[in-house]
Amino acid sequence: MPKIESEKGLSWKRRTTKKQLLIWLGWLIGVSIIVFAWQLISEKTVWFFVQDAPRQAADIGVRMVPPKWSYTSKLIKPVWDTINIATIGTMIAIIIAVPVAFLAARNTTPHKIFRVAALFIIVSSRSVNSLIWALMLVFILGPGIVAGTIAIGLRSIGFCAKLLYEAIEEIDHSQVEAVEATGAKTSQKILFGIIPQVLPTIAGVAVYRWDINIRESTILGLVGAGGIGLQLNGSINTLAWTQVSMILIIIFITVLISEWVSAKIRYAII
Amino acid sequence: MNSETSLIKYPRHWRKPPFIKSSKLRWAIIMGALIYLFAAFGSMEIDVERFIKGIPRGKRFFDSFFPPNFADHRGVVWDGILESVWMAIISTVAGIALSVPIGLGAARNLAPLWVYLSCRGVIAGSRTFPEIILAIFAVKLFGFGPFAGFIALSIGTIGFFAKLLAEDIENMNEEQAEAIKATGASWFQWINYAIQPQVMPRMIGLSVYRLDINFRESAVVGIVGGGGIGATLNTAFARYEFDTAAAILVVIIVIVMSLEYVSGYLRKWVQ
Amino acid sequence: MLRLEKLTKQYKTGDQALIDVDLEIPKSQVIALIGPSGAGKSTLIRCINRLVEPTSGKVYLNDLELTSLSSRKLRKNRRRMGMIFQEYALVERLTVMENVLSGRLGYVGFWRSYFRKFPQDDIKEAYRLLDRVGLMDMVDKRADELSGGQRQRVGICRALIQNPDLLLIDEPTASLDPKTSRQIMRLINELCEERELAAIINIHDVQLAQMFSQRVVGLELGSVVYDGPPDGLTPDVLTKIYGEEDWSATIEKVEDDDEEII
Repeated sequence: MPKIESEKGLSWKRRTTKKQLLIWLGWLIGVSIIVFAWQLISEKTVWFFVQDAPRQAADIGVRMVPPKWSYTSKLIKPVWDTINIATIGTMIAIIIAVPVAFLAARNTTPHKIFRVAALFIIVSSRSVNSLIWALMLVFILGPGIVAGTIAIGLRSIGFCAKLLYEAIEEIDHSQVEAVEATGAKTSQKILFGIIPQVLPTIAGVAVYRWDINIRESTILGLVGAGGIGLQLNGSINTLAWTQVSMILIIIFITVLISEWVSAKIRYAII
Repeated sequence: MNSETSLIKYPRHWRKPPFIKSSKLRWAIIMGALIYLFAAFGSMEIDVERFIKGIPRGKRFFDSFFPPNFADHRGVVWDGILESVWMAIISTVAGIALSVPIGLGAARNLAPLWVYLSCRGVIAGSRTFPEIILAIFAVKLFGFGPFAGFIALSIGTIGFFAKLLAEDIENMNEEQAEAIKATGASWFQWINYAIQPQVMPRMIGLSVYRLDINFRESAVVGIVGGGGIGATLNTAFARYEFDTAAAILVVIIVIVMSLEYVSGYLRKWVQ
Repeated sequence: MLRLEKLTKQYKTGDQALIDVDLEIPKSQVIALIGPSGAGKSTLIRCINRLVEPTSGKVYLNDLELTSLSSRKLRKNRRRMGMIFQEYALVERLTVMENVLSGRLGYVGFWRSYFRKFPQDDIKEAYRLLDRVGLMDMVDKRADELSGGQRQRVGICRALIQNPDLLLIDEPTASLDPKTSRQIMRLINELCEERELAAIINIHDVQLAQMFSQRVVGLELGSVVYDGPPDGLTPDVLTKIYGEEDWSATIEKVEDDDEEII
């Protein structure tokens, strides 16, 4: 297309004039949106604080060193809680997500109505951040690990079920057809034709989500839902910066280990 | 040829071979899992009494959610939403703008070792902590409001985007890159002709995806003071105005859903 | 034994896959179904056990009309029709034994199959079949560890353990090399003879069709255009089925000189 013949002979341009103009227009709109957004945000900013930020940062940085190593002993229980929130929350999520995924997948759903309902569960679970789930659950159940665990579970259902139902829809249909041709019932068709195909995905998704949940459960304490976030929040509020840095180090190590574990397990599954 | 097969005795029993071959290891894993679960549930302090007390409270809580009240604080909610949207856009743009050089530097096949290591260090640093923790510090430094949220989300974007960009570049087709190099192109020309065409479609998809993530996150950084709809939500909870909170949640869900739909569509369109 | 009456299938996309197909197959006759891609061969055999629902027409198996059966009765009658697939269609993550036993799913209940507690006679029969096709050492291997020919043998065992009257075989050799193809075809033929089974074999390869069948049916655009003995496939007939091409090389008699199976 962008080959133009003129009196000067054959010339080449990357794009036609019209396309080029459209691209410029796109840039213009994009840039004006950004400028507009920036103005709105800068209106609500106290620039004095921002100018002061580097000094503040340096100040906090100095106060954080050295980390209060002795505080570690008081962090063992919170870390244990954090891991439990993530692990049990993931377990709850998988137990619920598997049937939901089978209802949501086009090739296994018993009826369209079930599919719509399952998709609704998936979307609403996914759209609400675990911190918001936790915020609500703390109101209902009171502060504590239970609220955090359920929050993690609720948030993870949608994530796991979405990945699972996509995997179910992508299975090799001929294997299912072969099982069906033997005269198997629908339940047996799922058991022999579909489950063996998606089992590795279920395990992989569980481990993947567990890794994410470890990170997420480190912050649930900010709204009172248990775990190490509780100590973090407390230490920041009391300006105990050496404790803060110690907590951050512990979080960092926990996340690092969980990432390593999940990578190992996923590698073993595949 | 197998006429004598009927004389052979075939086994009448068969058992599925276990997934973990060594029986000692298998039992160790099962026992370990059971002990862990026991200990974990034991330390959760599940208080049945409180749970039962929680049921009517939960019911009241849900009742006060319905119907969601869109009317009373319409202006505030609307402001919060807009603030979140702008915050998400700006932090995505700023984050990606910073990610490109860092991502290029963190690709082992482009950068010398010291650049590679320092860029990887930046990425690891910004990936370690969730946006919320970043936001707490940003609020401490820059004061309450969307600017703190913006900073937190931008840093989060760098960790996400630069890492994926670097990985994409490392996985690119070396032959194409070599062919362009062989023409005598300069470094920038090389990036422009060999690397950019290979990674661009996926990067556009990822930036839309990140915009989606940043909007979701902007709904929670507000809880710690980082502005946006999260701040509005937190206020509604703090004032026990649950019907307004429900309205905000509905709005968030609707926006996230439509964003996801749009981003899925855009990503398909780009590829 | 199997009778098709005016069997017609029109897909939702509007493609007319089968048009008024009439066919009658007596007991223990092996039929080769040939025809170009898209002629409706796969649709035909899937319409027989209703993996694909025919649009109109009737299918009778031993004078029982399959096309009007409820889904429960259909499942019962599917047990009498063993099916063998093109890409083997084994459940790849299950073991060889589980794949063979899955042929008994129509006979056992859900929980039995869930705990893999199949009746002892089924297990004995599975061992016997696996020995017959030469896979005794592979019983606990996972299906995706096997070679193509081995997988197709497992597929054959799965079909036979159903104790069928009829085999529906969809391109059994399409993904196999020429030698393995012949071995598999010969195995199918022998087994059909041993058990007096009727079989419909969809097959691309005209030579193989001639070698291993008693009757050939040619399908073209959903209609039967040839029905007769294998040596009746003259260049004229092949042109009618497949279109213009030099057929003289194809129909030269092929010497059956392969070594014995296993």
